[in-house]
Amino acid sequence: MAVARNANPGLSRFVLPIAGLIGLGLCGAGILVLLDRQGGPHLLASIYDLLGNGAGATALRDGSGDQVIAKILLAVIALAVGVGGIWLLFLGVGSLVSLLRPRWRDRILPWLFVGPALLLLAIFLVYPAAGTILRSFADDHGQFTLRNYAVMTESDFTQILRNNAFWLIVGTGGSVVLGLIFAGLFDRIRRESLAKTIVFLPLAISLVGASVIWGLVYAWQPAGQPQIGLLNAIVVGFGGEPIPWLNTSPINVFAEIVIMVWLQTGFAMVVLSAAIKGVSGEIIEAARLDGGSERQIFLRVIVPMIRGSIITVATTIAIVTIKIFDIVYVTTGGRFNDDVVANRMFHEIFQFFDDGRGAALATLLFVAVLPVMYINLSNFRRQQRGA
Amino acid sequence: MTASAQPIEGSRVARVAAWRPSFVRSLPLRLAVLAICALWTLPTLGLLVTSIRNPLNITTSGWWTALLHPFEPNQWTLSNYQTVMASDGMGNAFINSLIVTLPSTVIPITIAAFAAYAFAWVPFRGRGILFTIVVGLLVVPIQMSLIPILQIYSAGNLYGSFLGIWLAHTGFGLPLAIFLLYNFISQLPRDLFESAAIDGASHLQAFTRIVLPLSVPALGAFAIFQFLWVWNDLLVALVFLGPGAEVRVLPTALFQLIGSRGGSWHLLTAGAFITMVVPLVVFLLLQRAFVRGILAGSVKS
Repeated sequence: MAVARNANPGLSRFVLPIAGLIGLGLCGAGILVLLDRQGGPHLLASIYDLLGNGAGATALRDGSGDQVIAKILLAVIALAVGVGGIWLLFLGVGSLVSLLRPRWRDRILPWLFVGPALLLLAIFLVYPAAGTILRSFADDHGQFTLRNYAVMTESDFTQILRNNAFWLIVGTGGSVVLGLIFAGLFDRIRRESLAKTIVFLPLAISLVGASVIWGLVYAWQPAGQPQIGLLNAIVVGFGGEPIPWLNTSPINVFAEIVIMVWLQTGFAMVVLSAAIKGVSGEIIEAARLDGGSERQIFLRVIVPMIRGSIITVATTIAIVTIKIFDIVYVTTGGRFNDDVVANRMFHEIFQFFDDGRGAALATLLFVAVLPVMYINLSNFRRQQRGA
Repeated sequence: MTASAQPIEGSRVARVAAWRPSFVRSLPLRLAVLAICALWTLPTLGLLVTSIRNPLNITTSGWWTALLHPFEPNQWTLSNYQTVMASDGMGNAFINSLIVTLPSTVIPITIAAFAAYAFAWVPFRGRGILFTIVVGLLVVPIQMSLIPILQIYSAGNLYGSFLGIWLAHTGFGLPLAIFLLYNFISQLPRDLFESAAIDGASHLQAFTRIVLPLSVPALGAFAIFQFLWVWNDLLVALVFLGPGAEVRVLPTALFQLIGSRGGSWHLLTAGAFITMVVPLVVFLLLQRAFVRGILAGSVKS
């Protein structure tokens, strides 16, 4: 691969760094505009002043006028700074470093490449994780205490743990089993990709959006009134009493888990389907010649062979279910005996302003995720080696 | 990927050909698939139908009744969308979501691509241990970061700012991004880099002229991943941007709509569909790349 060289290296050596510095300066100005809460309107007002549109500028500064244009201007600046700035940073500083002597250049350049990532990881993950663990063992004056963990001995916490266990077992198991069945079934039909797209599509939907979608399915009206929720309409159609699915414990926990399974089955199906197609046709052919039924072949030949993929899918979904927050927070707020750890943690911090207990619950989530992540990563490494 | 697709496709054809049941025998299979697809479509269909129904009918009859007589006058309307866009601020939230999501996707990819290249191909002291730490950070739940980062943000006036949420999403997305991109970039053939070095290319040139063009599939796959994650995120947006109408994004706005308009299904459904439309379009257009990304992160390709 030949790397194109410039005709005039002497000049271009300096053009790129200088352009980079100018760009960085512009980005700095852009960040200042972004940090100002009224940055968009103020900037647009200044532009209007320059253009001689004094009335428009005054209106903007008073909080009226072309607020939509100001918003779009802000969006453009945001994109230019966020997207362009990061590239200028690397390319500009990178070419500055290239001007140094080779010895220094080779020493500094790797750190320029990994530095921003390490810095951000330190600020956003390492420091906070350490801080949260320390905070969970401290009272409001910084003294060591175990009292924050007393939240786990309260009577309703048994229920929270029970609900989290349901999420972990039913949510993960349901998604994986359904994903496996669907992958096996769809493998045998002609319109496979269409069916897969339909099951896969919910993965694009947010948990909040999915909660609204299923809120409509679970909608409840008192008996005698027309049911607008699909599920209660079916129940009433068969002569039953309408059930308030999201307010009745313990049905509501499972009603919420169904939302998660509806979303995650597509993920499980896609990964497992790819794994099934990777199983050699000769092995299946041999099993068929041995007189195995299609079901036997699927359960006794294909499933054991794709064990690695099943573990990957199960651990990935398990981690999501352990940390489940959005669905519970949006559908009921955990008010009807359907609370879970992550939701309780959110309420401890932002409703009761008890950072210590919030930190203790966050640490609990962290500890719960550890073994699952260990299985996931060691399984991944095993698969990589097998490649 | 493309090289291995051939034999897999072949084995599948052989398998289907060998197992070709009669129409009657395959009927249960067809019915089962049909039922599954109906089950997976109906909830979303209900949302879509309800969002364009006349609000007067929504509380008196189920959405499926509208499909039985679709040509009744005054049955359909777009006014629900007009209402949530304007008076409930979903239009503003839509712009905010774009402002938050695009940089929150591009920034982590850029930073992760540089880092992954250095971890894979640039020797430096401490490389192995640092990479292990980065991958190890995959286990840290976002919940661990909320309180300390919020304290930093309050002190630094970053709470409720777009800059703050870009940085947060970048930090949280980096471990997975570096992990996935490293898996791809480290597999590039060594010869490429050796001949580039002979030609006198610097690491910066090798990165921009060799690594980036060749990594487009991996970069694109992670981009879709991160885009959907950020666009759909409620927790990070709620904690670091807050509920203020100036900056709130679509999931926050929809959540607030549930609180304020709980029983008004005509508005909730329209609002929910507005939050879904961009990810659904992205997803349908780029499904292949997305699937490739999922598979790259979970099984060997």
